[in-house]
Amino acid sequence: MRPFSKARRCTFLRRIGSVLLLGVLSITPTLVAQNTPLISGGMGFLTNTNAGNTSYQLVAVPVLAAPIGQHLLIEARGNLLETFSPQGDNRGYNTSAFLGLSYLQADYIATPHITVVGGYFLTPFGTYNERLSPIWISNFQDAPLIYGIGTMGTGVGTGGMLRGNAYSTEKVSVSYAAYFSAGSTNKEFQSSRSTGGQVSAFFPKTRLEVGASYGRLLESGKSNSVGAHVWWTPGKIPLKVRSEYAHGAHSQGYWIETAYRLSQFHGPESLIGRLEPVFRLQQTFRNSPSGTDFLPPADTQRTDFGLDYHLPHELRINTSYARQFSSTGNFNVWETGVVYRFLFPAWRGK
Amino acid sequence: MMMKAVRRISFGALLLTTMSMLSQTRNTNPPQTKDGQQAKSNAVSGPQKRDGQQVFDQNCSRCHTEPQGFSPRIAGTIARHMRVRAGLSKDDEQALLRFLNP
Repeated sequence: MRPFSKARRCTFLRRIGSVLLLGVLSITPTLVAQNTPLISGGMGFLTNTNAGNTSYQLVAVPVLAAPIGQHLLIEARGNLLETFSPQGDNRGYNTSAFLGLSYLQADYIATPHITVVGGYFLTPFGTYNERLSPIWISNFQDAPLIYGIGTMGTGVGTGGMLRGNAYSTEKVSVSYAAYFSAGSTNKEFQSSRSTGGQVSAFFPKTRLEVGASYGRLLESGKSNSVGAHVWWTPGKIPLKVRSEYAHGAHSQGYWIETAYRLSQFHGPESLIGRLEPVFRLQQTFRNSPSGTDFLPPADTQRTDFGLDYHLPHELRINTSYARQFSSTGNFNVWETGVVYRFLFPAWRGK
Repeated sequence: MMMKAVRRISFGALLLTTMSMLSQTRNTNPPQTKDGQQAKSNAVSGPQKRDGQQVFDQNCSRCHTEPQGFSPRIAGTIARHMRVRAGLSKDDEQALLRFLNP
């Protein structure tokens, strides 16, 4: 048997090293199989009867979340809408389609307390825009009347954001977000030049959350918006109380929403336990005319009464009745919807 | 000298492989069923996992109900998504991951 020369041994060992390294690289993806990209979101069929006119909407809102490595997450949410609205005078229905992005962002978890976000992101002002707007989450079809305050018109920013958990103990958890958005008139990525942020504290024992938001529009007619929110979700009963206040340059307002799932009656899977009565009270005040905050042109009060039914297989039926009072006219809003929520891996695997 | 370096690299790679396999084995033990709901009902049983449920109850369920079933393969992605969206701490993310995929 011919002995290995020094050079050949070196090559042989290098090859072993390469094979092992390749082994590590090829094994790792299968080991971290919990991090498969996912597709989530909701689909729905919604009806809305506003002051006697009924319109119908087919909605699909897919969400993609794809982790890359240990620190990066790519997220995107799309909106596909098909709307059928009456033309008036019994002339049939208009059909319009919309396809767009709600957000497309990269999240880099830089440290345990700082996540750097870049891209096209939801404006962190108040709670509705980031947390309650998806159709599979919201109890009511309509956004709150004060939604336009602080969300800079589009509700989306193009730029960067720092966010994360600043401090967390058993008694309190403090989260924050601070962003800067450039102005963009691109059809797919519309945003205003603005800056702002949010800070909130959650007290786990009482399950109380309080927070404050700030936003500054840096474009023509520079203006400030401030907001505050209080949420309470007591642990012993399936009750949710959410409220928010916002003050803009030309208007202000608030909303309070309660939801009580009747799961205490024979459990959440029972016939009655699947019911969830919801209620929302809103009020807006107009200080001066403005076409940019999208609030009603006059002081407005609105009450929404809803009844949601949580069917098996992630299906939910939402119904609601609202009465809106304003000096420009009072009217009723009837809404119903069937919403399906989905969540699955982006591709098949073992 | 070079031989030593190559040997060290080989040893290091071997060690890395072993450690990687050992450290991930716990996480890759999927629930016996592919049904996510089963995974979650198992998750509630242990004292360590109750923390994860607490994280879910106190953070995720403030906005939405729990998903009724999902593949364990996306548990890590869900936990990371929630960390960014809900402002969870690193510890909370890990507790949530244990709860979603014990």
